[in-house]
Amino acid sequence: MSTVVAARRASGWKDTITALPWIAPTLLLIAAVVIYPTILMFQTAFVKYTPQGVERGPAGFANFNGPAGAFTFPTVPWPAIWTNTVVWVVVVVLATLVCSLALAQFLNKDFPGRKLLRLVVILPWACSVVMTTTVFNYGLQADVGVFNRLFVDTGILQAAQGFTKNPATSFWVAVFVAVYVSIPFTTYTILAGLQSVPGDVIEAAHMDGANVIQRYWSIVFPMLRPAIAAAMLINIINVFNSLPILKILNEAPGYHTAHTTTTLIFEYKVKLGPGVASALSIVNFGFCLLIIAIYLAVVKPTKEVQ
Amino acid sequence: MAYRGGVHKKPNPIATLIGALFVLLFFSFPYLLMVISSLKTREEITKIPPEYFPAAPQFDNYLKVWASQVDPGNSLLATTVISFGATLLVLLIATPAAYYVARFKFRGRMVFLFLVLITQMLQPTVLAVGLYQEFSQWRGYLVWVALILINGAFNLSFAVWIMQSFFASVPKEIDEAALLDGLTRVQTLFKVSLPLVWPGIVTAIVFVFVNTWNEFAAAFILVQDSSLQPLTVSMPRFLGMYIRDWQLLFTVATVAIVPVVILFALIEKRLIGGLTAGAVK
Repeated sequence: MSTVVAARRASGWKDTITALPWIAPTLLLIAAVVIYPTILMFQTAFVKYTPQGVERGPAGFANFNGPAGAFTFPTVPWPAIWTNTVVWVVVVVLATLVCSLALAQFLNKDFPGRKLLRLVVILPWACSVVMTTTVFNYGLQADVGVFNRLFVDTGILQAAQGFTKNPATSFWVAVFVAVYVSIPFTTYTILAGLQSVPGDVIEAAHMDGANVIQRYWSIVFPMLRPAIAAAMLINIINVFNSLPILKILNEAPGYHTAHTTTTLIFEYKVKLGPGVASALSIVNFGFCLLIIAIYLAVVKPTKEVQ
Repeated sequence: MAYRGGVHKKPNPIATLIGALFVLLFFSFPYLLMVISSLKTREEITKIPPEYFPAAPQFDNYLKVWASQVDPGNSLLATTVISFGATLLVLLIATPAAYYVARFKFRGRMVFLFLVLITQMLQPTVLAVGLYQEFSQWRGYLVWVALILINGAFNLSFAVWIMQSFFASVPKEIDEAALLDGLTRVQTLFKVSLPLVWPGIVTAIVFVFVNTWNEFAAAFILVQDSSLQPLTVSMPRFLGMYIRDWQLLFTVATVAIVPVVILFALIEKRLIGGLTAGAVK
């Protein structure tokens, strides 16, 4: 008995060795460019660095809570940053979901030009977020911005506003842009999910007297759950890690009140050096791992390949 | 028949038209503004308040920009080299891996697939400082090599997932027939399987290319030398700074988005399966 198991185990590892030439390059690249920098980041978090990146010996936990630590450095408005980070992720992800559910429902209808319209919807997904954000930044300039002129001409605003100069308004402009660039992927995921909703079930519900809203909430929406879960978790990671939108739209310098923990990492990297930036990165990394774990548990993306 | 929203009823044509126009305008207005702005004169674009449209479209902005302060030549070269490099790298190493995991069960296969999935969800942004520590000494053109490796690594998983689902859809018998005919595994991959799964390969290639073309965080933290910076890093530098030639900036932005929009449109239908790792088709 045990020899059979042992033999099977041996042949199992032989399979793995045969597989190596095919999968080793992928493993090697992941090890070198994903795993190794992760280890480096953890090491760096416990070493003292100058802002220019010169090593100054072991730091213990000083990069976290020392006088110039990531969470204790004076003038960093932590309450605002925690609030922003939560608001940023929650509002952007939920607003994206609501808009995308409606848009997917519309694009799923049969009307001439539907295919062309779907292509237009991918524009913010295909175009670089940097370029899209740049257009919004230009349009919202107080002096030369076209959006500002449009707001004044249509009576929405009394006078042009410097939206991107003030952290309070720039944050909400960034929320809008983040929703805008997240809608295409989310809509496409929901559209894919809608393909799995059988038309005859809807017909039957209609015969039984269910109205549009009842049909949507009791049949369509439950069947969309896997697509919505996948889209939301991927969006949480993407939005949480989003750097260019907040960075480009926020022209206020320093530790202002429109930072999220992600943009603060890059501010720390320049002002306080890689040690402190790594300390904060570890917290962000932990959050990403948590979302990934939920994704693997809830969405079960591997069930098809088992 | 798949669900199409309504029951029997034709959608209301007027409401549909209004909805379609709204969607059309909403998802194109920043890009229309980009193109329109790129055709203005410097006076028109810096006028307070601005004009909506140029009096006469300045198509020669697209020629002038190359010799201007914006100097997009180097950045365009950087973006192009890094994008082609990362795409080629992914193609070379993801194809055999995808083929093998689709065809064979082996101990560690699920571990491998989980590792690939975790990589897909992680992003250069959260590891930016670690990547900086690893690659900050790669000076000169080596920084492009660093970015090719980084973009390759973080886009690898999408390519492995989408390609393995395509390989898995090809019946094993086709491979086995080829092996019986005396072809080796490698020959079978190239001569028999690859020609059948090219839509999956094209999807993977385009996706990696577009993602690398648009990447910001890693390039932002690694490339200090402005003559080596890709477009996503070099262009925003001009915002609100000393130059007010916004129209030239928008010519570059337009040049930068046109190729990727066309490419992306080609693979639009097949993206979801790979991005959600097949959880949603």
